[in-house]
Amino acid sequence: MDLIGVLEALSQGKTALGEIIDGLWECIGEVEPTVRAFLSLAAPEDLKRRGVKLAGRTLRGVPIAVKDNISTVDFPTTCGSRFLKSFRPVFDATAVERLRAAGAQVQGKTNLDEFAMGSSTEHSAFGPTRNPNDPERVPGGSSGGSAAAVAAGEALAALGSDTGGSVRQPAALCGVVGLKPTYGLVPRWGLVAFASSLDQIGPITRSVRDCALILSVIAGHDPRDSTSLPVVPQDYVTELEGGIEGWKFGLPKEYAPRELGTKALALIDRWASVIEELGGEVVEISLPLTEFALPAYYLISSAEASANLARFDGVRYTVSVPAEDVRAMIAASRTLGFGREVKRRIMLGTFALSAGYYDRYYGKAQRVRTLIAHEFAEAFQEVDIVFGPTSPTPAFKLGEKADPIAMYLSDIFTLPSSLAGVPAISIPGGKVQGLPFGLQLIAPRLEEMKLLRAAYALEGDLA
Amino acid sequence: MRTVIGLEIHVQLATETKLFCSCSANYFAAPPNTLTCPVCLGMPGALPVLNRRAVELALRVALALGAEVQEISRFDRKNYFYPDLPKGYQITQRDFPLAVGGTLAFRVDGEEHTVRIREMHIEEDAGKLIHTEDGALVDMNRCGVPLIEIVTEPDIHSPREAKEFLRALRTLLRHLRVSNADMEKGELRCDANISVSRDGELGTKTEIKNLNSFRAVERALGAEDERQRELLARGAVVEQVTFGWDERAGRLILQRTKEEAHDYRYFPEPDLVPLVVTREWLERVRAKMPELPWVREERFVREYGLSPKDAGVLIEEPMRADYFEEVVRACGSAQEAAGWVLSEILRYWKGDSPPLSAEALGELIRAVQSGKISRTNAKETLEEAISSGRNPMELVSEKGLSLLADEAELRRVAEEVVAENPKAVEDFRAGKKQAIGFLVGQAMRKTGGRADAKKLSRIFLEILGSN
Repeated sequence: MDLIGVLEALSQGKTALGEIIDGLWECIGEVEPTVRAFLSLAAPEDLKRRGVKLAGRTLRGVPIAVKDNISTVDFPTTCGSRFLKSFRPVFDATAVERLRAAGAQVQGKTNLDEFAMGSSTEHSAFGPTRNPNDPERVPGGSSGGSAAAVAAGEALAALGSDTGGSVRQPAALCGVVGLKPTYGLVPRWGLVAFASSLDQIGPITRSVRDCALILSVIAGHDPRDSTSLPVVPQDYVTELEGGIEGWKFGLPKEYAPRELGTKALALIDRWASVIEELGGEVVEISLPLTEFALPAYYLISSAEASANLARFDGVRYTVSVPAEDVRAMIAASRTLGFGREVKRRIMLGTFALSAGYYDRYYGKAQRVRTLIAHEFAEAFQEVDIVFGPTSPTPAFKLGEKADPIAMYLSDIFTLPSSLAGVPAISIPGGKVQGLPFGLQLIAPRLEEMKLLRAAYALEGDLA
Repeated sequence: MRTVIGLEIHVQLATETKLFCSCSANYFAAPPNTLTCPVCLGMPGALPVLNRRAVELALRVALALGAEVQEISRFDRKNYFYPDLPKGYQITQRDFPLAVGGTLAFRVDGEEHTVRIREMHIEEDAGKLIHTEDGALVDMNRCGVPLIEIVTEPDIHSPREAKEFLRALRTLLRHLRVSNADMEKGELRCDANISVSRDGELGTKTEIKNLNSFRAVERALGAEDERQRELLARGAVVEQVTFGWDERAGRLILQRTKEEAHDYRYFPEPDLVPLVVTREWLERVRAKMPELPWVREERFVREYGLSPKDAGVLIEEPMRADYFEEVVRACGSAQEAAGWVLSEILRYWKGDSPPLSAEALGELIRAVQSGKISRTNAKETLEEAISSGRNPMELVSEKGLSLLADEAELRRVAEEVVAENPKAVEDFRAGKKQAIGFLVGQAMRKTGGRADAKKLSRIFLEILGSN
């Protein structure tokens, strides 16, 4: 049953919140020792007790899992880092505030790659999360905890954050729905920044309509975030059923290279047939700049990260290593506090911004980013929706991608839309090697309604 | 050899709240770390929102300097580690500053100079370190306080000029009501670049950071000017270095060499959108501009008939100029008001507010003008009123300082004086007209200065003439 199903059952008195919570905790008891999706968890009794007062609100007191880089006043917000092991924010993120106002409760905080840097949730300072479909495999990342919790049945729905694919790729690898909204649609207040110009909070859910419901709650302008768009909240659930008749779907040939393998390519063919069966039209398009998205993304995101993470200097926060002088203290604290992947990106970003290299790296990456945004805008002159696989492979094994570049390639299909700031969703698209394989749909800026409608139409026929 | 100086000046804007959050910006004397919030503390997940009031104050300065306000400017991050910088970067404007160009004219010994402004931008202040025996403590109250940085072209040619430029800038900033610009409080801070060139070729410049008083600006630049001239005179090379200034020892302190220069890795601040100053906004700011000091100075000369010199002294401080105009209104005479303010009030004016209310001074001046009290007694009363904090006219009546207006009483005193001073009377009759002065003096002494000397002199002439 999805979240909306649960809410309907609650409203019809077919079940009680206590039963729902017991069900979730039963599942947690069963799978959590293996999956390890959560870094912190509420006490079910507290949720039941507080839930009583929330019964009249839209979300009826249901618990929702929150990625641990999204600030919550009642749980630590560790970002999967030693630096924030004991950090408890003094304010809720806007998205959390809005979920609470709508009657949801925070179920717990989910694991992630440290500061959301990674595609496997192996880079958490608190150990990896495993894929509930196959515990030998990663759940994807960086929102691996959120995706695994929803896929395993431990959570009804979750919030993740997506910078270059961190909601969509784990959703794909775990076999659930994950949406990255238009940049600026969901306020970033309270989301611990990785790359500020790319970060977006998005829902990870069991169904497209759940995704639409959560988005309806968390989207909309917040004056505390200068980059949040001046859009009024919208109900994304009501218009889901319009269908895709007459819509044009573009499959970029760069998103279906031969290297994907016959099984994945066969699945893509199937998606195309389903679209056509539903009255849509499929055309092949080209997004030739796709191959430049990866270097541009890693330069821009790492540059921003190098500044965003500078505040972890040993003066405040969990890790502080005493040393003979300030510089030594900062160096020692950062050496101890950050994991390898974070250090790698800080160094890359620092280099990309250095005098003499700025234009060649950061500057050029920004120009590429602009071109990629134009490329999408042009594509959307021609088609309504762009589609393709979310990630080139299904879930890989823990430790399989020790080479960082191999790991980065896991996001090649999600990076371009992140750079362009357009919304994209991953829905379960079938199986490859017996593992979930995600279908990604991409829409023009602020066309979430259209995106969700397409996803909703396809969802039933792909399951 | 020619000295070339350029200045980088930081001005704290007198906004109620900080540049990117709603914490109070008035940190002076506040207990450490009491004016902070997640935004100015740079806590994870917090985001900056630009204070539009700070932009408006900055725009006033730009308009006053005749700078070209950029319709679109942008914020950048300046990256460096320091414990008083909680985010590990400062939000500033580098590639697209708020305004470019402009000039400021000022006088040195009556001679007019003009310095061109290169650019002007908005940025946030850092916190402060407090050094104790047990180590350094951090006070974040100042974090995020709005600053503008004004960068001049290298148009200044002596330490003295640098000082006078800064004074003129301070006067302007105070008139614009954008900053109190008190250097001792750090509201106005100055970094200076200086080079000495031989025969027109450009010299190597050195930088002196954190000059925190007008005196320090002049002395530090003087020391560096001398050092460079001395090096060049003996054929040595000036190295590109950065100094601090030890005011107590009167010495430059080497801070870093060229090799140690920071790479701040500036890049566009992704948490803020570009700052758009629409024409309408700019016009609204222009419409609310306070009177510029040079405009006011000219008006004082024209409207009140003051000498340019007196007008210049009065506009040095806007509060002084305001006070002068209030006194004019209270007493009705600009000449009197200027005289009293310049020669009396300024001697006592130490703090932020005038030593005596304009109304009280106006009343006293009117009393002198109408012959109710002598000028000498008025001045003495003024001093006492200021030191005791009492109303001067109350003191006048309490001490019976009002002039003797009764003609009969004055005549009685004069007759007494005539009777007591036969020698002077004889001298007068013998043709020594100045003897009258002596008699008037005697009568003044008898009345405790409460008599009108002119009146007395007439009465003496009448008495002596009639005999």
